[in-house]
Amino acid sequence: MSNSVPPSTSQQVSLWRRLTDWGATGFAILAAILVLVPLLAIFIYLVIKGIGSINWAFLTQTPKPPGEVGGGMANGIVGTGLILCVASVIGVPLGIGSGIYLAEYGRNRFGDVIRFTADVLNGVPSIVIGITVYSLIVVRQKHFSAFSGGVALGIMMIPTVARATEEMLLMVPNMIREAAYGLGIPRWRTTLSITLRTASAGVITGCMLAFARVAGETAPLLFTAFGNQFWNLKLNQPTAALSLQVFTYAISPYDDWHKQAWAGALILILLIVGAVAAVRIVTARGRLKGA
Amino acid sequence: MSDSVDPMNTPEPIEPLPKPVTSIPSLGKVEAPRSAPKSTVLQKIRQSHPSSSRIPDEIFRWIILLSAVSVFAIVVLVVWKLVDKSRLSLHQFGIHFFYGHDWDPVNDSYGAMPFIYGTLVSSFLALLLAVPLSVGVAVYITEMCPQGLRAIISFLVELLAAIPSVIYGLWGIFVLAPLLRDYVQPFLAKTLGWTGFFSGPMYGLGMLAAGIILAIMIVPVIASITREVMSAVPQNQREAVLALGATRWEMIRMGVLRNARIGIVGGVILGLGRALGETMAVTMVIGNRPEVAKSLFAPGYTMASVIANEFSEATGDMYLSALVEIGLALFIVTLIVNALARLLVWSITGGTARPSV
Repeated sequence: MSNSVPPSTSQQVSLWRRLTDWGATGFAILAAILVLVPLLAIFIYLVIKGIGSINWAFLTQTPKPPGEVGGGMANGIVGTGLILCVASVIGVPLGIGSGIYLAEYGRNRFGDVIRFTADVLNGVPSIVIGITVYSLIVVRQKHFSAFSGGVALGIMMIPTVARATEEMLLMVPNMIREAAYGLGIPRWRTTLSITLRTASAGVITGCMLAFARVAGETAPLLFTAFGNQFWNLKLNQPTAALSLQVFTYAISPYDDWHKQAWAGALILILLIVGAVAAVRIVTARGRLKGA
Repeated sequence: MSDSVDPMNTPEPIEPLPKPVTSIPSLGKVEAPRSAPKSTVLQKIRQSHPSSSRIPDEIFRWIILLSAVSVFAIVVLVVWKLVDKSRLSLHQFGIHFFYGHDWDPVNDSYGAMPFIYGTLVSSFLALLLAVPLSVGVAVYITEMCPQGLRAIISFLVELLAAIPSVIYGLWGIFVLAPLLRDYVQPFLAKTLGWTGFFSGPMYGLGMLAAGIILAIMIVPVIASITREVMSAVPQNQREAVLALGATRWEMIRMGVLRNARIGIVGGVILGLGRALGETMAVTMVIGNRPEVAKSLFAPGYTMASVIANEFSEATGDMYLSALVEIGLALFIVTLIVNALARLLVWSITGGTARPSV
């Protein structure tokens, strides 16, 4: 291209090169702006359209029948909490366990297989997880349930937690392990109370990211938790979830439900941004601790 | 122990810490530092422990192994359930399922072509829009951005990945679709209508809306991997190109992008995998009509959306089985796409993450 041009014409080429340089810089800045505009637009619309419908009734009542004004998503908020509890109980221990295996024992062929499988699991479309859990649990139970929704989300948490745990454990210097062994501490105790503890900030970060990722998931809940217009606190009954309600309300023809969908979405995003922000704070502290 | 190394002739010095890897919220980690914490000292100390303390160690090892195996078991279960539940439809329709056009639950006749078409077109449209933007953003963040802004912008781009897809869908229905219908689509029809891609009635909702929403959703995936592989390019590469008199853009093009291109392709493919499997946002904006139309204004349907919309209402075993078969096809495609992407990304970052080994 331009670098093989003879020096006699270098004045013109230099102009061309400067132009492409400016053009590329301009494009990169434009790209950054274009990417950030939807983000801002989404947040602005969420706040503008959502804030008006958030009131005490919205946070404490169950949905009114279609067409009636009023009601809320209280059962959805509680349902999401319930499902996420089940998901965390399943996803966090299995994820951390697999992460420990990969970091402390998995430096071999079998570890590579697990590592690859975790990546595969991470890439499985959430709707496919939904189908699997449906045919594993819902078909057998013969009805939709909060538990099956939690299992679906828990499965989706495992790979994220596992990879985060593995990476964080690998960053713990070997000296610390050696010191523990030198004091006669058994390996399991070293791993749990010393290695994992040293890496805890990073591991918590991974768990929170996984949590934030599944908190807004809707697709796998469609035919596991299913949704519910009423209160439900039982694990083996169909349960409302915030994300499901936002979906149902958004595609409904009722104007009042549209407003409530925005409000529900705002609550959902606050939950998730809260988790991500907490991650930032924890990581910042973790860095200080590590330094 | 399992990670046996020869204790005699590898007196390893204490390894430097592996480089911390920046995280991507929705994706887990791009790559792990693959340098194993091998230590001969550990090996010897372990051997010197009295054998009575090894029993709890063995129990712990088995518990940990079990949780690792569970990951494997889950994937096997997914495959098994998908194959098992779609057997009926696999037998009935065979390969015809993938190019048949009719989707008729009343007569139990199923062909997935409209859905496959919708998934492919919306995903490639998304890539077309997202790839230049993501590479642009990544270049801006790594090479041009003022130091103070860098963390903020990359945080904001990461935040884009944290927004749930149902919220993208909500925004798509009530904000993007009217915007497209009233301003963008008339403009496109007037200027590019002759191509045939931008013609027909303008609903707002349709293939174009789905492509745009998907593009916004996969930008953070591609951008963060591009950023990752670009920062894996050694600094002296940049300095060397600059020292030869290159402008900044030439330095980025020749010194950085050329070295990182395989990794970037990996990131793009990973984004494709994400777009193929995306369900809720697309279901909400694509219009949900199983037809193969040339115009991007026309409504379409994707593989994931048909499952989302019809699965819980599917009556009859054949109907259900056909839907699961679509799920199986989706799973296989995303599996191949993701595996390919990982290989490409690893070939870049995996190589540079352990320069001392």
